[in-house]
Amino acid sequence: MPASILDPTLLRGAVPGAVRKLDPRLMVRTPVMFVVEVGSVAATVLAITDPSAFAVGLAIWLWLTVLFANFAEAVAEGRGKAQADTLRAARTEAEGRRIDDAGHESLVAAADLQVGDIVVCEAGDVIPSDGDVVEGVASVDESAVTGESAPVIRESGGDRSAVTGGTRVLSDRILVKITARPGDTFIDRMIALVEGAARQRTPNEIALSILLSALTIVFLIAVATLQPLAAYSGGEQELIVLIALLVCLIPTTIGALLSAIGIAGMDRLVQRNVLAMSGRAVEAAGDVSTLLLDKTGTITYGNRQAVELLPAPGIDPADLARVARLASLADETPEGRSIVVLADRLLADAPAGSEAGVDGEASKVAPAGATFVAFSAETRMSGLDLPGGTSTRKGAGDAVAQWLGGFGAILPDALQEEVNGVSRRGGTPLVVAESTASGHARALGVVHLADVVKEGMRERFEELRSMGIRTVMITGDNPLTAAAIAKEAGVDDFLAEARPEDKMALIRKEQEGGKLVAMTGDGTNDAPALAQADVGVAMNSGTSAAKDAGNMVDLDSDPTKLIEIVEIGKGLLITRGALTTFSVANDVAKYFAILPAMFAVLYPGLGALNVMGLASPESAILSAVIFNALVIVALIPLALRGVKYRPSTASQLLRRNLAVYGVGGLVAPFVGIKLIDLLVALIPGIA
Amino acid sequence: MSATLAAVLQAALLALCVGLLARPIGTYLARVFTSERHLAIERVIYRVGGIDPAADQRWTAYLASLVGFSAASIMVLFAFLQLQGSLPLSLGFGAMPTDQALNTAISFTTNTNWQSYAGESALGHLVQMAGLAVQNFVSAAVGIAVAIAVIRGFTRSHTDRLGNFWVDLVRGSIRVLLPIAAIGAVVLVFGGVLQNLAGPHDVTTLSGATQSQLGGPVASQEAIKELGTNGGGFFNANSAHPYENPNPFTNFAELLLILLIPFALVSAFGTLVGDRKQARTVTLVMATLLGLMIVVTTVSEFAHPGIAAQLAGGAMEGKEARFGVGSSTLFASVTTGTSTGAVNAAHDSLSPLAGGAVLLNMALGEIAPGGTGSGLYGMLVLAMVAVFIAGLMVGRTPEYLGKKLGPAQIKLVALYILVTPTIVLLGTAVALAFEGPRGSILNAGPHGLTEVLYAFTSAGNNNGSAFGGLSANTPFYNLALGAAMLLGRFLPIAIVLALAGSLGRQGPTPATAGTLPTNTTLFAGLLLGVVLIVAGLTYLPALALGPLAEGVR
Repeated sequence: MPASILDPTLLRGAVPGAVRKLDPRLMVRTPVMFVVEVGSVAATVLAITDPSAFAVGLAIWLWLTVLFANFAEAVAEGRGKAQADTLRAARTEAEGRRIDDAGHESLVAAADLQVGDIVVCEAGDVIPSDGDVVEGVASVDESAVTGESAPVIRESGGDRSAVTGGTRVLSDRILVKITARPGDTFIDRMIALVEGAARQRTPNEIALSILLSALTIVFLIAVATLQPLAAYSGGEQELIVLIALLVCLIPTTIGALLSAIGIAGMDRLVQRNVLAMSGRAVEAAGDVSTLLLDKTGTITYGNRQAVELLPAPGIDPADLARVARLASLADETPEGRSIVVLADRLLADAPAGSEAGVDGEASKVAPAGATFVAFSAETRMSGLDLPGGTSTRKGAGDAVAQWLGGFGAILPDALQEEVNGVSRRGGTPLVVAESTASGHARALGVVHLADVVKEGMRERFEELRSMGIRTVMITGDNPLTAAAIAKEAGVDDFLAEARPEDKMALIRKEQEGGKLVAMTGDGTNDAPALAQADVGVAMNSGTSAAKDAGNMVDLDSDPTKLIEIVEIGKGLLITRGALTTFSVANDVAKYFAILPAMFAVLYPGLGALNVMGLASPESAILSAVIFNALVIVALIPLALRGVKYRPSTASQLLRRNLAVYGVGGLVAPFVGIKLIDLLVALIPGIA
Repeated sequence: MSATLAAVLQAALLALCVGLLARPIGTYLARVFTSERHLAIERVIYRVGGIDPAADQRWTAYLASLVGFSAASIMVLFAFLQLQGSLPLSLGFGAMPTDQALNTAISFTTNTNWQSYAGESALGHLVQMAGLAVQNFVSAAVGIAVAIAVIRGFTRSHTDRLGNFWVDLVRGSIRVLLPIAAIGAVVLVFGGVLQNLAGPHDVTTLSGATQSQLGGPVASQEAIKELGTNGGGFFNANSAHPYENPNPFTNFAELLLILLIPFALVSAFGTLVGDRKQARTVTLVMATLLGLMIVVTTVSEFAHPGIAAQLAGGAMEGKEARFGVGSSTLFASVTTGTSTGAVNAAHDSLSPLAGGAVLLNMALGEIAPGGTGSGLYGMLVLAMVAVFIAGLMVGRTPEYLGKKLGPAQIKLVALYILVTPTIVLLGTAVALAFEGPRGSILNAGPHGLTEVLYAFTSAGNNNGSAFGGLSANTPFYNLALGAAMLLGRFLPIAIVLALAGSLGRQGPTPATAGTLPTNTTLFAGLLLGVVLIVAGLTYLPALALGPLAEGVR
């Protein structure tokens, strides 16, 4: 269980960090707070040379302002540090059992493994580095990386071949080809990421700090030029008062919390088991206007199930069941297995003595001598070639029609109608056909595979639409099937019979129109599209090619998480905007506190600006400075947790956030400064 | 009719007239600057000037042309003023002192029209017509050109070419300013404004004293003075002078001329970006700010305490009896809200809060509705600040009119909002810090401070109106205010052109339901807040020691 962001241990741990960050070489990176630090130094000197309760109080609170800012950053970094320590422990000084070309095995330190080396891992071994399984299948405990204790299957070939260094093989034996250079493994990158070492400021964060610096300079000029004006008016101000005014006016609240917000935003992703390889991607997630979602596993439950068999005219349903079953016997996909189950049930119901009767469990394996014809993207069919010369096939309508054509047979129109009918209803039609040794072929009927849309997806897409995000469902299904599911799920658009290059073309087209595109992917053939997308989330279960191409990796391999990632991206920007607004709006009240304090002696009329009725000039200035410091502390939880993002239109969001942080920012300091003043006025020498 | 009711009706009538005229003129402006055709006279100008009107300039070339043209303008005007003694129609006036001539040359070229001289006792007709009036046209056209170039930055994609400065300048002068100014001049002559080439002649006043009265081509100057938001008067008394502004009718006509182009440009902006609601939002903010200033100044003047004021029905000191309080405060608000700087009353005599309001009106950056062109681009920059902050609050990288506001854009926006406060506050601080410049102040205490602050605010924001009460014709003020006008004009222009270039390079980002809408009343409210807090609060300490110290009791 990850520690809460405000865990007392973490908070205590952040205190030394806050002090260490006072180093001006570090402070200068946050110009706003650097100005406060310089002000604090100056105030300290003034308080020493000319001590008074007021001066000493101001100096202390100015230092606290800086410390609170540093503290916020240290707390934000704290949890990442704790997590990095756990990861370091996982990155044991493991040794790999390297196999050389001659087949000899030798023990090699993980750090010495080179890209392309082959290592063997057996039950109990820690996989020494990242790689692809090139031989065998094994269950692997990846909890060190994902925190998920249920083991996962890793096997050679396909899209589940990637293994991560530091994870442990639980059973069986695999050969792994190393794909990562030493020191650049997934865990290394993850450590750098959660520690914030690799953190680079994102474009938006840079833009905001430029604006904040400009505001700081404007107020620096306003305060610096105030002295000649005050002197002309006969009310020259003490330097320490001008420092207080400056610190109150410059946007310290957001300046103090800006970097903490960024770190915490990345951390929120890490907490959801998503590793963003760049902060830029997190920001881009907030800007995404098109989501490409794979149908299978994301929108639907993934496993299509055979729900009915529709025989062609004149075909005995039992015959259809028998052939469908034969064609699926060797098919280990969930769809294939569901066909066998359905066929078995239908055949069991069939009249006794039927030649297609079931002869027990033994028949669950393919007849001896039969060859399995696996599904391929080219043929889009699978089936069995029996020893006697008979072949059975099941596959997409047009693919089977083509196959039938090879025998001079055709797909009957009535069957084509059934195919279309199934598609229209959102199902996947598989045509079942057989050919005999004599070269005759016929289509027997259609298997209806139904795709079940996950619950709540329609509402989810509704939400996304209101956020201005268009969802596009990607599926290998034919257009009819795709349209039916798209309608049922409520997506905005779909891409049917999608090949990887179609996906790529779609992303390019969207991007040319200025849209930002997010997608998930796991296969090697997804890699180009993942790299092209603005936000490419690779599934941790996927291939290393996919993981390298994407700019985020989801350790849970949950494609639905893309939606959460978008919300986190938006939440990050909203938090920045909200605190900036709050910070800027605060200035109004501070003027009402400080200006009369400075000049009411000179021009009693300006006392009218003291609407808060603050006790004395000293207490007013000190209270404004204290409020300014305390508000940083008060907002640390908000900065670290982030403003809650509720999906809604931009107008609704703006109205709400403007009411809370804009109007709140105007009003809160009036109340806060007044309350602080009531206490400060009790200090002898102030009131 | 009570004076208050008359004031309200006049302001409402003005708003109505501007509202009716801004849209068609805006549509016309949009056509002028997108048309492929050149007029015959324009082709002649291009041929003589060796200009290729088809050349599409990158922002740097656009800026270089603009700076080159303005530098040449300053030099020509400076030469005019220095050589006046040997020119015809000089009415016997000699060369202007060097520092004053430089100040005046800069002043008219930057569309500021700050005058540290008195027209009737320093300038002959030739300098007025061929020198100053020409700048009244072209300096206004320069501002319009920049605004159009900035709009192109929004509407174009994948290019940092912003059009052709020379074409924009020529079209703005010939197709927009000349015809409207001509109509305006005729209307003013019809209303009783002087138009001749007469020299001074002596008249005997009612009390038997002798006065020397100067005639001149006043109406033609007056029209472009207002239309181009210039403000430099033919006479020292400016629009308070009966030859420039004899009656309430001409006063109204002048107000209308002042507001015409700034508001029409906003309308053109809406047409050019293809979303009229964007223009409506910007107009709403400008009109609200201007309305606010009119209310504050007018209320403050009507409510001025004191027996004399009570008897007169308002504070009449420094106002023309033929205009009264309402027309004077309306004029004061309009002239400071538009960077015009023409005056029909002495701002020095406004009640402290009204004086503070017109000062703030300029300090906000001349955006309510601002000068010809400069008002629009100034407001668009502030809109980008508002969009940036609010855009974050809706969870997207901020974008305005389909263009993303990234670090490159925000850097320029930030520079823009730094420029004028720096010029104004540094200038004021320096002037008040030294004995010499302090000697020019005629009033003690906060009022004296306001006089200096007003001068630098007026120069830095290219307004040109004078508060009065400050002997500004000293080498210090001529040079310091000259520098303020120069920097306050060309730094912002350079920055917005760079900004337009960087916006133009971007491809468009299509708007979705997640995009912050910038054409709503909500956004208008936000923009208003940003204007008041970001642009306004900077000046609050200085205002506290001037008008507020004087006015709050």
